Amino acid sequence: MKRADASLEFNGSSGMPTRGALTIRDLVKIYDPEGVNIMAVDHCSMQITPGEFCMIVGPSGCGKTTLLNAIAGFHSITSGEIFLDDKLLCGPDKPIAAQGADRIVVFQNGALFPWKTLAENVAYGPMVQGVLSKRNALAKAHEMLAEAGLGEFGGKYPGEVSSGMARRAEIVRALINRPKVLLLDEPYRAMDGLTKSIMHEALLEIYDRTKVTIFFITHDLEEAIFLGDRVYVLTTRPCRLKKVVNVDIPRPRNYEVLSSEPFRLLVEETRDAVHEEAIKAFQLGERELA
Amino acid sequence: MHQVVSPGEFQVAPRATPNRLARAWYLLTKTARSPTPYLMAFGILLWVFVYWLLCEGLKLPRFVKIPGPITVLSEWLSPHPQQGISIFTPEYYEHIYVSCRRIFIAFCIATSIGVPLGLVMGWSRTFRDYTFPILETLRPIPILAWVPLAILMFSGYETPVIFLATLASLYVTTLNTMLGVQSIDEVYFRAAGCLGSSRWDVFRHVVVPGALPFIFTGLQISIGVAWFSLVAAEMVSGDFGLGYLILSSYMNSVTVPMVIAMLTLGFVGWFTSAMVRFVGNRLMQWHARALALQGR
Repeated sequence: MKRADASLEFNGSSGMPTRGALTIRDLVKIYDPEGVNIMAVDHCSMQITPGEFCMIVGPSGCGKTTLLNAIAGFHSITSGEIFLDDKLLCGPDKPIAAQGADRIVVFQNGALFPWKTLAENVAYGPMVQGVLSKRNALAKAHEMLAEAGLGEFGGKYPGEVSSGMARRAEIVRALINRPKVLLLDEPYRAMDGLTKSIMHEALLEIYDRTKVTIFFITHDLEEAIFLGDRVYVLTTRPCRLKKVVNVDIPRPRNYEVLSSEPFRLLVEETRDAVHEEAIKAFQLGERELA
Repeated sequence: MHQVVSPGEFQVAPRATPNRLARAWYLLTKTARSPTPYLMAFGILLWVFVYWLLCEGLKLPRFVKIPGPITVLSEWLSPHPQQGISIFTPEYYEHIYVSCRRIFIAFCIATSIGVPLGLVMGWSRTFRDYTFPILETLRPIPILAWVPLAILMFSGYETPVIFLATLASLYVTTLNTMLGVQSIDEVYFRAAGCLGSSRWDVFRHVVVPGALPFIFTGLQISIGVAWFSLVAAEMVSGDFGLGYLILSSYMNSVTVPMVIAMLTLGFVGWFTSAMVRFVGNRLMQWHARALALQGR
């Protein structure tokens, strides 16, 4: 690594990562929107190891976002439990997890505060948590934005920069808090292919430096194999774990991987599993749940 | 050979930032080349011409009692006005000053009550459940219906008038502020929660700035409504002010000051609205810049 920046290396970059094990046990979520129970998640279990780049793949409306909402503390769960390292996030006596800066979400359409500049956005977390004074937080924010190649844009508002830059700044806003898990909900969905590939490389670079656990929801199988350590294929609603694909392509990865034989085989393996579920989902023809 | 490019190595071409004078000149010449200023000038001339034609050119029966543009303008600018009011008479400025002062007081009271009230109503469901029905019942009552009550409640000329103007703009400000808070995307609350905000942080950093665009739209409407109800109130109870001037001119059968007062109201109202807009743009750089990028 060219730059020796301590701020972005926080999960045992020298040895094995130690933080951010995510354990989901027998998770059940029943929605009750109009007096009719709909089971969104049915006894879903997952074991995500510290520092894992985990990709969640499944048909539309299968409950991927429900999982993320449960982990982040946006929605309650019906039964089951979720642990982060040894801490119980939510369980039988605690249906909704407390929101906290150890699990930070990067949203589908971006959620940088439009009324704050990029630097103010990045400085927000440490400032409100009382970790850093406003001045120090801003200084650190500028420093981290510069590391991510956004040095000149610290004073710009999110509305003034491209969506790719905004998304990158949002990831920096998350990383400044040294989270245990980064939760990404289809963050590159609305982007064109070229921007997407730049975003992928930037994310991989960040991951290689931080080794933060990443929980990444996507529809795009090639994206899943290219980025992830493991790909978790989910069934159509009610959501259960269907298959785990281990991606043993060595890191650091670059775009040559995309044309390699192992990559093609892995994509095929995953596609078979997802396709089956996609057909089921299509035949059910139900509307997506939020 | 394809290399992984680390994000720090991206080179961004420095953007030339033209200085303010050059930018102002560019905008000026751009405006001068566009049809907008000429159409506006032509439009104004056309309307004034129609006004003149009706009242002074053709002297149509219905418009016989209405002073035409030439009469009004010559009276307005005359050092010795026949009917008592022109830009050289101190009473004219007294009327404007009194009305503006009332508007200023009413607008300040309405804003300092309405904005916090609306913020809390938008933010706290419980508080909204308590207060919304009352607001919605009081809001449709026309301001003129409050006039007798205001005169009974308050003594003198000043307080009832200010009360009525305040009341009118209070509803608008409160409602718009509340809608502003409700318009904030849920995702910002979630993001703030993830980043470790307390409830107070959310209020300060999400609720208030997120509602500002709506608040300022509301304030622009509210100052207009304040003028509207002020003039109505001044006509009923008052000793000075533009509304009083209009009615007393009518009572004394002098029509020119009436029209002068009406036109003055138009200009002063426009000016106050523009001031609110200006303050809003200063406070919401992010909003103004985003709109500017869209070419608006």
